[in-house]
Amino acid sequence: MDELRLDGNAAAGTLGEVFTFEATTAQYACEGCGRADQIGAAMVYEVRGLGTIVRCPSCDNVLIRLAHDRGRYWMDLRGMKYLQAANFAG
Amino acid sequence: MAEGFFSRGFRGRRRHTRGDDHLPPGQYLEDGFPVLSAGPTPHTPLEDWDFTVVGEIDEPKRWTWEEFRALPAEEVTKDIHCVTKWSKLGTRWEGVSVDTLLDGVETAAEYVTAFCDGGYTTNLPLEDVTGGQAWVAFAYEGEPLEPAHGGPARLLVPHLYFWKSAKWVRGLRLTAYDVPGFWESLGYHNYGDPWREQRYWGD
Repeated sequence: MDELRLDGNAAAGTLGEVFTFEATTAQYACEGCGRADQIGAAMVYEVRGLGTIVRCPSCDNVLIRLAHDRGRYWMDLRGMKYLQAANFAG
Repeated sequence: MAEGFFSRGFRGRRRHTRGDDHLPPGQYLEDGFPVLSAGPTPHTPLEDWDFTVVGEIDEPKRWTWEEFRALPAEEVTKDIHCVTKWSKLGTRWEGVSVDTLLDGVETAAEYVTAFCDGGYTTNLPLEDVTGGQAWVAFAYEGEPLEPAHGGPARLLVPHLYFWKSAKWVRGLRLTAYDVPGFWESLGYHNYGDPWREQRYWGD
């Protein structure tokens, strides 16, 4: 259902819990199709109570899987060739 | 005042019986039917749909939609329990028993992975999808299963948390080793018994 799909900016809060950098402007390249873009432009499925799934808007490949329970975060970033973020502290 | 050792925490494995309104621990009764999805809803045309049994099997099995719908099906009424804490009691489904799909299959496999349109997977012990415990369901409450709820067909394994009842199922892979699926590899319990509240790894 498309109404369950948001853009990557909707995941800013959730991604902000685990990343110290601004995740929505971070650049990724999709492991599936090679598309390079900002996380904020990707498709986000906030699966209520289960986790956050970020998918490539070109090929639906899962870029990021994120879940948490009782103080543990589980992350799978294998869907991206890389994730690149600006280091403003730099 | 000596008392025998009493383990307060032990609940044992409850068999939920029809008519018993007792919910598994931590669950609440839901009137609606929430839709949870980790990706876009697939819309595989029925003429392209098939269901296969592959993996640790001498001859893989395959059914087209017509062949699948020609198999003996049954109506079942079951309680379902989502790990996000909602439960629905007495839900009506129609489907083909996994026992029917695995009829005549000889395998040394002890596990299955259900695989689906959209890439979702979930893993189960083979003994949990046989013996009248699992179906590939194509109708819900007397109507064809809607795509949002997994149509045209989903796995139905009501004795485990509902993430194991994989939507848009396209087949079962028989495996010698247990291969954690989509949520099982992201911190969710490998087995998922609602009565033992097995939501996460380590529960």
